[in-house]
Amino acid sequence: MKAFTYERVIDPRAAGAAVSRAGAKFISGGTNLLDLMKLEIEQPTHVVDISRLPLKQIEGLPDGGIRIGAQATNSDVAADPRVRAHYPALAEALLAGASGQLRNKASIGGNLLQRTRCPYFYDTAAACNKRTPEAGCAALLGINRIHAILAASDACIATNPSDMAVAMSAFDAQIELLDPNQSTRHVAIDDFYIAPGSTPHIETLLRPGEMVTAVTLPPPPPGRQRYRKVRDRASYEFALVSVAVIVAVDRETITAARVAFGSVAHKPWRSKDAEAVLKGRPATLATYQAAADAAMRGAVGQGHNDFKIELAKRTLCRTLAETAQINRGPS
Amino acid sequence: MNADVVKATDASKKPAAVAVSRTALTVNGQLRQLELDPRTSLLDALREHLHLTGTKKGCDHGQCGACTILVNGRRINSCLTLAVMHDRDEVVTIEGLGAPEALHPLQAAFIERDAFQCGYCTPGHICSAIGMLAEAKAGWPSHVTPDVASGQIALSDAEIRERMSGNICRCAAYPNIVAAIRDVAGGVSQ
Repeated sequence: MKAFTYERVIDPRAAGAAVSRAGAKFISGGTNLLDLMKLEIEQPTHVVDISRLPLKQIEGLPDGGIRIGAQATNSDVAADPRVRAHYPALAEALLAGASGQLRNKASIGGNLLQRTRCPYFYDTAAACNKRTPEAGCAALLGINRIHAILAASDACIATNPSDMAVAMSAFDAQIELLDPNQSTRHVAIDDFYIAPGSTPHIETLLRPGEMVTAVTLPPPPPGRQRYRKVRDRASYEFALVSVAVIVAVDRETITAARVAFGSVAHKPWRSKDAEAVLKGRPATLATYQAAADAAMRGAVGQGHNDFKIELAKRTLCRTLAETAQINRGPS
Repeated sequence: MNADVVKATDASKKPAAVAVSRTALTVNGQLRQLELDPRTSLLDALREHLHLTGTKKGCDHGQCGACTILVNGRRINSCLTLAVMHDRDEVVTIEGLGAPEALHPLQAAFIERDAFQCGYCTPGHICSAIGMLAEAKAGWPSHVTPDVASGQIALSDAEIRERMSGNICRCAAYPNIVAAIRDVAGGVSQ
């Protein structure tokens, strides 16, 4: 690990100035950043510890939504009774990620900003445009079984590894950002992540010195929720494909639907195309298949990951069928 | 506050230019003052500076769980956090849990159930199990809990396995590890 100086900030208003120094980075849970610093993929020269900022609260909002402080741990949010009762797909997504130990440390803000687990990003002997701009992409001709099938570019086919962000995307989460001048802005999670294009090292629209302070979820939409994760191991493994669905059914007809996929793109992949197909249609397998086809229209495999296109479709169909079935009740 | 100050130079040849951070940790009930290169992980602070070698270094990347300890009552991977970030925190390691003549119930259960072969992962497993049992007692759901909104957790074998998935045992003593934890949990077995 490269040497760095350490500073702890205890006032959110001081964070932006502290991190504006050249080579500075925030650290919160550290579960991703320190992993990357040990490998010298990340080499901050100044580390600003924001883990003790008073940004851990999970608060119900007057409109029925919820505001989750960026320094709340993944564990705290997954265990929160309001999250479990009203946003169960978020609790399920958090609990599908990492291990008990990591969830106790990892923060909500850090989860949003975690880096890809592309093995070529991690392998400092391999070419990676995300790690070293213009270096090339070893994954394109490498073993790309886990890589993106949507919105990738010929510069980068890495995926966003977060489970949590997939559920948040289905809930229309807003990310709250504080800049060094103490002004706050909100960005929809769907807009937060930037497509790789020719600059895959630019991953989000965070501006220099900005810090994630909270994530706000509007009131939960009607219907049953489910987060399903498909992976090589039953636990403690990143997804090959995951899906968050929220579906409401009235007398065999789908009245509202939300669909988001994980591990298929550089960001949690909200599919409004699938949602448009589902709404107003009968809750049948034919409808789910039409939605799955709409969701994966334009999907492109890289060879080893061609199976993910079909896997994503089947995962969506099965999850919709289960969720709509429960929703219809015993009649 | 009479705790010894352990110098960073005790255990590592650090470049003179590296700034040293003073950190105080309460480790197994005792306040310990440290002067550390800020790069020092909590794991290395325990092992190399405080010479508490019960906590093991396996992968050093948060993948194996051998370094699991309890910080402020919660289980974490000590390899993936900086010691300087834990100033004034309460740390409990395997050394703080029991003594040969007065074993912690989980230590006794691991022996009774023969829940290890080489034993390298065992301190991490035991610290993790203590944290895990507290989480279940607090009603935290897991990935295999049928309804995350339910406040009651029955610690079935499937629940124990899922909740302990952050601890790897390369000898594959898993059946006996689950049995040992089940004995202490007094939970429902499947």
